[in-house]
Amino acid sequence: MPDIEVSLWRGKADGRYQVYRVPQRDNQTVLDVVTWVQRHADPSLAYRFACRVGMCGSCAMTVNGRPRWTCRTHTAKVIVAGKLEIGPLANLPIIKDLACDLTPFFEKWQRAKGRFEPRLTRRDAAQRVIPTTPARLAADAAIECINCAVCYAACDTVKWNPGYLGPAALNRAWTLLNDERDAGNRQRLAAIAAVGGCHACHSHQSCQQHCPNHLNPTASIAGLKRATMAAYIRGELE
Amino acid sequence: MNLRLYILQRATAALLAPLVLMHLSVILYASGHDLSAAAILGRTRGSVLWGGFYGLFVVAAATHAAIGLRVIAAEWTGLGRRGLEALMWAAFVLLAGLGLLAVAAVVLA
Repeated sequence: MPDIEVSLWRGKADGRYQVYRVPQRDNQTVLDVVTWVQRHADPSLAYRFACRVGMCGSCAMTVNGRPRWTCRTHTAKVIVAGKLEIGPLANLPIIKDLACDLTPFFEKWQRAKGRFEPRLTRRDAAQRVIPTTPARLAADAAIECINCAVCYAACDTVKWNPGYLGPAALNRAWTLLNDERDAGNRQRLAAIAAVGGCHACHSHQSCQQHCPNHLNPTASIAGLKRATMAAYIRGELE
Repeated sequence: MNLRLYILQRATAALLAPLVLMHLSVILYASGHDLSAAAILGRTRGSVLWGGFYGLFVVAAATHAAIGLRVIAAEWTGLGRRGLEALMWAAFVLLAGLGLLAVAAVVLA
């Protein structure tokens, strides 16, 4: 098997792509390629990973122009003419090489009130949750987010409007809005109806196109638009 | 975009959908029947129905377009909140003004 010609982003925002030749293997992932470069070509290469099995959401990078989870992306599927271009995620500040600063991503998670607000205390009996209610089904359809920021990097609206909360934070807000155990929806609705909230979404659907877990944040955001409109009509939102 | 503007833009879009279809039907009817300018003016002059229809059309279109332009300007220019409000209102006044002048020309003339 011929080597892969791998271009890796080196440096910060003003960095550049540097080419490495990496041996091609069967069942090789993009993360394997990056790890090979760090172990055999340049130990100063910075990148981020943890679980290697598509659960932790730390290894997302831009592969041949598309945001992807690198641990579950096989090189055989993404190599073009024997070449791979691997860069940091878009729409986030670059710390070094392939590692981005996810602070804005998680700050927006908090701004969207993406934190569970319990209705009960530890002294109450555990609340029964019926798994077949429409609200629970809506929450379950959106719940498997691994915070990889692939949707955030793929989103045109985030690129054009840095104040926009982004698909992941809004998708999280949608799951909590539909969680009957949560008591924070009044503040949550106000947060997501504010400037930069769900109404800034243009429904381009890049988030659902690129989400490695096949979630549909666009649908969640559409749900938030309906929910905020209903709350406005009920007089619960200004 | 705040929630009120969002609702207003969606509401005007819902209103414009049937109005545009009706407007296209009017164009097809007028061209299909070779109606002269005089024949068209004969139908529209003093008509509350046509004045109301196109008056509503103009206001809905001007509202919808002005809010849409505000969104584009917010993303593509560095305009602040006041600048965006000024742009939105200027676009509304321009579009509504020109449109209502045209409606007046065929209904009140």
